[in-house]
Amino acid sequence: MILPHPDTPAVAVENLVKRYKTVTAVDGISFRLAPGSITGLLGGNGAGKTTTIATIMGLVAPTSGTVTVLGARMPEQRYDVLHRMNFESPYVALPLRLTVRQNLSVFAQLYAVADIDKRIAELAADLDLTEFLDRDTGKLSAGQKTRVSLAKALLNRPEVLLLDEPTASLDPDTADWVRSRLEHHRVTHGATVLLASHNMTEVERLCERVIIMKTGRIEDDDSPQRLLARYGRETLEEVFLDVARGQKKHREAAQ
Amino acid sequence: MSDTGFDFSVNRITAMVRRYMYLLLSSWPRVLDLIYWPTVQMLMWGFLQLYVAQNGGPFARATGVFIGAVLLWDILFRGQLGFSISFLEEMWSRNLGNLMMSPLRPVEFVASLMIMSIVRLLIGMIPVTLLALAFFGFNLWALGFALVAFFVNLLLTSWAIGIFVAGMLLRHGMGAESMAWTIMFLFLPLTCVYYPVTVLPVWLQYVAWSLPPTYIFEGMRALLIEHVFRADLMLEALAFNVVLFAAASFAFLKLLASARVQGSLLQGGE
Repeated sequence: MILPHPDTPAVAVENLVKRYKTVTAVDGISFRLAPGSITGLLGGNGAGKTTTIATIMGLVAPTSGTVTVLGARMPEQRYDVLHRMNFESPYVALPLRLTVRQNLSVFAQLYAVADIDKRIAELAADLDLTEFLDRDTGKLSAGQKTRVSLAKALLNRPEVLLLDEPTASLDPDTADWVRSRLEHHRVTHGATVLLASHNMTEVERLCERVIIMKTGRIEDDDSPQRLLARYGRETLEEVFLDVARGQKKHREAAQ
Repeated sequence: MSDTGFDFSVNRITAMVRRYMYLLLSSWPRVLDLIYWPTVQMLMWGFLQLYVAQNGGPFARATGVFIGAVLLWDILFRGQLGFSISFLEEMWSRNLGNLMMSPLRPVEFVASLMIMSIVRLLIGMIPVTLLALAFFGFNLWALGFALVAFFVNLLLTSWAIGIFVAGMLLRHGMGAESMAWTIMFLFLPLTCVYYPVTVLPVWLQYVAWSLPPTYIFEGMRALLIEHVFRADLMLEALAFNVVLFAAASFAFLKLLASARVQGSLLQGGE
């Protein structure tokens, strides 16, 4: 069991490089996430967001550089901290033939959650899943499945929560409500959240810090307010488009 | 703690077994499928045995050589298939990333697959052995301790092959799926399931004797034809199985490490 110093960042990425044969997916990025912070990871397709998150989870081994989560080096020491982390991603799914309750209880046991029935009932109430608990996961709508995946991600009250497009396929009302549950979890449990998203409104609302990636590199890293001020834009979407289209360099050159 | 650690939790193994049992029991055709093919195989070889016995020599007349062979072959084949199908279920359902990101250790994952391999095997084989008794008067259970020796050795081989296939699936995704269904058929001619090793060309006999199931099928024939239990063959099979199991486990860990480098754990697909 690794007990990090209170000042230790929850997640520390140092000079991370990940190459797949001839393709460089992540090209020397560094950032640290303070405990209890919520950070948005923005970037277009192929920017390196998923590889970055997969490396933090220990699913992908870095080509060079280091990733540390709660004081444990990933992937070598991942089993020291995996029970304190969790994630949700559209790249994975829960078995469709199992009921929601069966899926959640299996993962609760894997994460050694105490009083599994009570925890599932709490989450079901929180995420409005109670009436679906005994239904096959495959028979739920896309939005309901996303909420079940989120319930799985929150089962062990994770200290580090990694989310990849957590509100994709949700209607605006449900998406807004899910965001409020994420915010509630972060505040209640002091969780550190890293959120990869294409939804700028979501990032603007939830995140106190935004890291913008492009072709494997960090193009910008600041609070949403300071990014808006620096780019002279009204919305994060406009900032994102500026970065994606290389406007930042043009602006810096002009200055 | 790396992938090679032997620290494991019975609780997590139980969780995985529960997961597979929920899946198995959620669909009666899945259960029926476990019994269907072994039954068809047993009936086909049983009737062939009857026909050959009416027309053949002492080998063919030996009680239940073909039925015994097909039942033992099914332990080997269904043992590996039970292991591999449980693993494939995770890939088909895109659940592998969830498991790889959970505290579940590879050794626990493999242990749960072994347990499910036994569960699936028993569901399939117990009814078939009873049918063999009813149709052809062949009582596999009467083999007693010899059956235990056969079963343990064949199961060890099936797990070793299952572990290797799981490693290939982790590394190469669903591109390696066909291997799960077909790899064991290479053992069918080489391990001399239905004929003595001496039938093979001399050079191929060396290959056959390097495979643990060969000793089991030879041992079965010795028991059914000569009524001799060859403990020496069982021990040799066990020794080869230990080597095979260690090699498969080593290959699995290397393939898992390679999958982390290649980033194939998150996709688990094509």
